[in-house]
Amino acid sequence: MARLQIRNLEKVYGNAFKAVHGISLDVNDGEFMVLVGPSGCAKSTTLRMIAGLETITGGEIRIGERVVNNLAPGQRGVSMVFQNYALYPHMKVRNNLAFSLKLKRRPKPEIEDATRAVAGILEIGELLERLPKQLSGGQAQRVAVGRALIKKPDIFLFDEPLSNLDAKLRASMRVRITDLHKRLKQDGLSSTVVYVTHDQTEAMTMGDRICVMKDGRIMQVADPVTLYNRPENTFVAGFIGSPEMNLVDGSLARNGSLRINIAGQTLAFGEDLASRLTARDGEAVTVGIRPQHFSIAGRGEDNALEGRVSHLEFMGHEVYLHVEVGGARLVVVVPSDRYDPADIADERIRLKPREEAVHVFDRETGTNVSLSATTGNASKLGG
Amino acid sequence: MAEQAAIASPRDVDIDRTLAEGRRIHAVSSAVRYAVLAAVGFIMLYPLIWLIGASFKTNAEIFSNPGFIPLNPTLDGYIRGWQTSTPYTFATFFWNTFLIILPKTIGTAISCTAVAYGFARFDFPGKRILFASLIATLLLPNVVTRIPQYLLFRDMGWLDTFLPLWVPSALAGDAFFVFMLVQFLRAIPRDMEEAARVDGANTWQTLLFIVVPMLAPALISVCLFQFMWTMNDFLGPLIYLSSVDKYPVSLALKLSIDTTEAFQWNSILAMSVLALVPSLTVFFLAQKYFIEGISTGGLKG
Repeated sequence: MARLQIRNLEKVYGNAFKAVHGISLDVNDGEFMVLVGPSGCAKSTTLRMIAGLETITGGEIRIGERVVNNLAPGQRGVSMVFQNYALYPHMKVRNNLAFSLKLKRRPKPEIEDATRAVAGILEIGELLERLPKQLSGGQAQRVAVGRALIKKPDIFLFDEPLSNLDAKLRASMRVRITDLHKRLKQDGLSSTVVYVTHDQTEAMTMGDRICVMKDGRIMQVADPVTLYNRPENTFVAGFIGSPEMNLVDGSLARNGSLRINIAGQTLAFGEDLASRLTARDGEAVTVGIRPQHFSIAGRGEDNALEGRVSHLEFMGHEVYLHVEVGGARLVVVVPSDRYDPADIADERIRLKPREEAVHVFDRETGTNVSLSATTGNASKLGG
Repeated sequence: MAEQAAIASPRDVDIDRTLAEGRRIHAVSSAVRYAVLAAVGFIMLYPLIWLIGASFKTNAEIFSNPGFIPLNPTLDGYIRGWQTSTPYTFATFFWNTFLIILPKTIGTAISCTAVAYGFARFDFPGKRILFASLIATLLLPNVVTRIPQYLLFRDMGWLDTFLPLWVPSALAGDAFFVFMLVQFLRAIPRDMEEAARVDGANTWQTLLFIVVPMLAPALISVCLFQFMWTMNDFLGPLIYLSSVDKYPVSLALKLSIDTTEAFQWNSILAMSVLALVPSLTVFFLAQKYFIEGISTGGLKG
């Protein structure tokens, strides 16, 4: 039972390189928090500081009520699953699992019971007498999770645990870990998780909340739906969602009705967008529209972007259209059943964005300036 | 079918012929290769074979018969060599060698592991300079330090004891071994140690339960090297030991040359053969680890 509080956490390396710039983050008891970001964004460093494997050069980490800044990793009540499993190569699976309990000098029957219980949960009962080199990747990962589980820690730390597995196994391990988390929560055991990944799919599917990081700073912390529908800046907008959100330079004009110039073409927008927009007139902005939020406009309809289809990818359930509009290149995703080749005449296509899903960002700061007030509106939209 | 067979057969014959030719060339070339290797091997082994043969010869035959098969095999050399011209038998000298080797090897293994672990895994002020000076001692000729070392041990009153032979090694004095273990450790990822620390192990527990088992192949080669070098070390015991009852085998062999007026060559040779046995036995028993340790331990570069 523990919440994790991080306050103004900093990491400065010996060569004066500042990896973490004073981040603050609260992870509630029982919450599955995912740290996600591109490589080099210091998400692993942050995790390792929580674990105690990396010294803290500024700020404070609290687990439960204790400040753990200067505690050894073993005394922090955390367990960690490493990317390459880090099983002890000379110990059988049984001893790998039991190592932490042996160090604590728990009585033998207790260790035996705990080992059997964990082996049961993770279905590794028949692997107990094997050495790590005799395990497949998925099995090794399960043992690594078991080793974390057996300690009954306050907080579980996962450092990209699935990135060494193939795609199929990754999907099944994803489900297994979230199931495990639910199960621990139901059993009333401590189940606070901090999970590091660079894979936004993993983050979106597993996290109760997601913390998006970039260059040692937190970009946004929110649940997956909010993150998808209300990205606070261009980085989050571009990072979350697949294919990426289209980000195009534009400019605003508000004489009477709202008009936005996107890649040389002007679109008129209604009250929905105008009311949530906090940007000033004439300001340089970046317009963000997800590929899924375009619809193909008929020939008669005005107020649409006209472009040239340069490339078409058929994905089965969807069709990806790569469209050149002015100088910009947009990706548009159309469900296969609504895709009609007749909509494209001489490679020309007309696109209409769904107004309620259009995001406008300040071009200079990258901040989303179309989020104001009406919180409920945008989050109604599904992926 | 018949046509096909007719067409196919000349080609098959051709292929067969080419294959047979290839096999013949292959056979010839491997025969040549093995002959050369065997010849060179024989040349290299010849002194050893001659040594073993001569140890069974009589004293007179050693100089009269150049071949290595004794005409009248005798155990005389072994019996008289074992008894030696001193009040002690070779058993004493073997025991002394053992008394020198065992603490020295164990001390080396423990101290070098601890030092190498420190250098490979921890950051501390002056680490670079300290490691550089450690490597620098590798380049220092042993002879240079002989006299200062002798004076030091003399002032400490350690002359004619095994201490000057044990203590430097037990304090990681063998820079080569430290270097070898550091290189080996650098190749081992740190994740396992970090996992152990998260599991609650302190530094020494991590070293003992995680690092040492992973270091095992390198440690075995360190022990083997130390064993063989100590077994063959002549100068160290010669300088520091003066009582005959403390002599190891290497000194005792020389002793039999010094004190006998007419050299009993066959006893000397017989004892040399016996002196080779421990090293050879240990080497062959541990050959697998030895090679593993060398090839992964950075000796190869």
